[in-house]
Amino acid sequence: MSIMGTRVIRTEDPRLLTTGGVYVDDLRTPELNRAARVTFVRSPLAHARITGIDASEALSEPGVIAVLTVADMDDLSPPPPSSGEWDGSPAPLGGPWAEPLLAVDTVRFVGEPVAVVITDGNQGEDAASLVFVDYDPLPVVVGPMAALADETLLFPAAGTNVAVKNAVSTDDAPFDACDVVVEQDIVNQRVACLPMEGRATAAAYADGKLTVWTSSQNAQVSRLILAGALGMAPDQIRVIVPDVGGGFGAKIGIDRDTITIAWAARKTGRALRWAETRSENMVAMTQGRAQLQHIKIGGSRDGRVLAYRLDTIQDAGAYARVGGTLPFFTCLMAPGAYDIPDVQAGFRMAVTNTTPIAPYRGAGRPEATAAMERAVDLFAAEIGMDPAEVRRRNFVAPDKFPFQTKTGAMYDTGRYADALDKALAAAGYDGLRQEQRRRRDNGGPKQLGIGISSYVEITAPDPDLGETAKLEVNDNGSATVYTGSSAHGQGHETAWAMLVQQELGIPMEQVTVLHGDTDLIPVGVGSYGSRSLQLGGSAVHKAALEVKDEARHHAAEMLEAAEADVVLDTSTGLWQVRGDPDTALSWGQVAGHASGGTLVADVSFIQDRPTFPFGTHVSVVEVDTETGQVRLLRHVTVDDAGTVLNPVLTEGQRHGGIAQGAAQALLEEMLYDADGNPLTSTLADYAVISPPDLPSFELVASETPTDLNPLGVKGIGEAGSIGSTPAVQNAVVDAVAHLGVRHIDIPATPQRVWMAINEARKASDQ
Amino acid sequence: MKVNLTVNGKDITADVEDRMLLVHFLRDVADLTATNVGCDTTSCGACTVLLDGESVKSCTVLAAQAGGHEITTLEGLARDGTMHPVQRAFHEQHGLQCGFCTPGMVMAIVSLLRENPHPTEEQVRTGLEGNLCRCTGYHNIVRAALAAAGGLEESSPQAMPSRGGLGGSPPRDSTAEVRGEVPA
Repeated sequence: MSIMGTRVIRTEDPRLLTTGGVYVDDLRTPELNRAARVTFVRSPLAHARITGIDASEALSEPGVIAVLTVADMDDLSPPPPSSGEWDGSPAPLGGPWAEPLLAVDTVRFVGEPVAVVITDGNQGEDAASLVFVDYDPLPVVVGPMAALADETLLFPAAGTNVAVKNAVSTDDAPFDACDVVVEQDIVNQRVACLPMEGRATAAAYADGKLTVWTSSQNAQVSRLILAGALGMAPDQIRVIVPDVGGGFGAKIGIDRDTITIAWAARKTGRALRWAETRSENMVAMTQGRAQLQHIKIGGSRDGRVLAYRLDTIQDAGAYARVGGTLPFFTCLMAPGAYDIPDVQAGFRMAVTNTTPIAPYRGAGRPEATAAMERAVDLFAAEIGMDPAEVRRRNFVAPDKFPFQTKTGAMYDTGRYADALDKALAAAGYDGLRQEQRRRRDNGGPKQLGIGISSYVEITAPDPDLGETAKLEVNDNGSATVYTGSSAHGQGHETAWAMLVQQELGIPMEQVTVLHGDTDLIPVGVGSYGSRSLQLGGSAVHKAALEVKDEARHHAAEMLEAAEADVVLDTSTGLWQVRGDPDTALSWGQVAGHASGGTLVADVSFIQDRPTFPFGTHVSVVEVDTETGQVRLLRHVTVDDAGTVLNPVLTEGQRHGGIAQGAAQALLEEMLYDADGNPLTSTLADYAVISPPDLPSFELVASETPTDLNPLGVKGIGEAGSIGSTPAVQNAVVDAVAHLGVRHIDIPATPQRVWMAINEARKASDQ
Repeated sequence: MKVNLTVNGKDITADVEDRMLLVHFLRDVADLTATNVGCDTTSCGACTVLLDGESVKSCTVLAAQAGGHEITTLEGLARDGTMHPVQRAFHEQHGLQCGFCTPGMVMAIVSLLRENPHPTEEQVRTGLEGNLCRCTGYHNIVRAALAAAGGLEESSPQAMPSRGGLGGSPPRDSTAEVRGEVPA
């Protein structure tokens, strides 16, 4: 029986459940036996000029080995000159926008690293407080609207705070032709990524080789970044990524803090280690979302959407770490699941004196979906049509795929109306509407809201980069997979072993999966953009097919048969001459016939185009109209990401995404005061979602394969967070729509909901 | 100062800084690294261990305060190579992804089930309020807790009591096959 599509529990788990795994700070490797500890001195001000740094008192403390600042970085060559123009790549802007490793003469956000203190024990925090930095405060820019005014510039040489822009069309003609036009300002707030393990790095330099252990989504990319920053050849650097305690986009590659530690290890010749505190994490790890949007949607009274405009202002934070990537994806995915004749999308991305923004689970696509799904609901409310029906009337029809959107995306496969119908059926939509009417008629304080979000998203957005896999089958019958992909909770080890068993009949237990070590796997891309299974998994599949071809050649020789007559029984893993069960060779025997006793395939898999998962979420909330309190009662989803390899893993990805998306809709928000001080920089202040805030989720299975890879799979890592936020938000608005509320920004906190109700009541009283 | 405590049945005596937290004692002195530090405000529960059989956040206990007490960490749960029922339930219910919150979650649930061997889903969720996870959405952690209590059949999301009289069809089992075709 095929193992594909079956419920296989993870092979990773017993180790994690009994030993707790080995994250960077758990490493007890000999090279780190006497490692010194690194502590960062970080800016307490959002924008200031540095006029002096005095480390003498810190240096006189016992156990303090060194205090290093940018002045000590004389062994680094300056970054290559760059125009500072965005070239479309997900890389930092250079030129006038360049971000230093340690602050040079200006700090631009609270938490920006200014110096590192190296101590032989845990004296770092004490010593860091004795490094005295003189700051001359500068005017502070908080929020992208303030940035757009260009009154205070973060990078005076750039002449503006707008780092990247792609201006939206101002052509109103498509809207002028519509019966109904609705406009709305929408906030997609800044949130913390919050992997449970923060950033952590260790580094050792010996005999001209730098070894860096780091918590990253991409070992190989990290190595390239280090090589460029430190002026070393990649083969002088080994990056090891041990267990990673979550990433969610914030651990793509490595950032300046990790580069600084690697540099400091080389500079001082000391092995170093660092694991950030949570308070440090919440100011210095990149954050997500942070868009202000303006939507305009127009259409006919019979529910046809004819024109849509999305104008986005992206808060980049202090440094444009990933160029214009995030709002680029927002604009690309602006039309959502709908076939709209006119779509206009554009953005301006502005720097502000806040923590830099980078990908967070969804990375620009949740923002597109949130805008569109609010817009559709606003349009539906305006014409008095059921929001499900408006969606149904505007979906890209199933016979139109592959579908070229107005914004340049090529949707591969989709059955959007089916997803909606399945989700509505599972939710019992008609019954929910009846219950809602009953509660509205009763006029009690506990009102019911039903929210729908139909989404399409892009996964493996850079399919041309592909992914690598090397597969070895050994003469003891075992197999080893070296994958360029990178796991941080998704279950790669289980999934990749399933793929080998599927093709080769080597039992999963005999398959070892290795990742995250550049000495073992020099070439790879890693995990982001929901690319792992479709690219990395397809690479494993491709390697298995190549090994099988090679093995067939050997088996034919050994069995003295024609290759065409030699077959592999994948249920037993035995090679046989067709129709002659007595001639059976094991994988070990066949591998033993190959040179070196090993069959090897070393491949990379490249996909022609990205894939486009889709689905519908239906959320049911109860809103207490007296207090504004929202309770999420039910969340039903159809998330179709093509063929499912292992439902256990797919569901797990969906659960996590739904929770993070719901968290953004209801609770989570990074706040700053007018001076740029973060107000939510600990887990005591930041409203991270916890178990009682959520119900169990109701998942409906749906599989519409893609034809772009041999497995038929699309990415599932981010779908949950893309679909859920607007479904929950729409449900909250729906719960109080009969009171005259039209829109509530997220997070839909009790205060915000209560104020919306109150304002609507006041307006209706007048 | 000198402290003496029992960790996973083993007696450990060490000279430590007065301000040393129990979690650092476990990680750096006892060299047991399953117990993780996930925050600095006693909010996340990644460091949860058992102190005399009851869950505590080991970042909020001084090593000195734990002197004379018995500590159990994740490493001390399995018996003779057999996982504890809560560990097994996490495995079977896919209750972990990245694994970082898991040691704390497992210990919190062991303690919770000792106090309340047959909790409802709501009691599990309330009981885990001080333990954060970013990967699982808590869904399968809650299922693991219910499964370990032997109560998954009665309390599974598939058979949840209808929430607030909402009607709606019972949630569909996500294993249901709704396999589609590529449109022609």
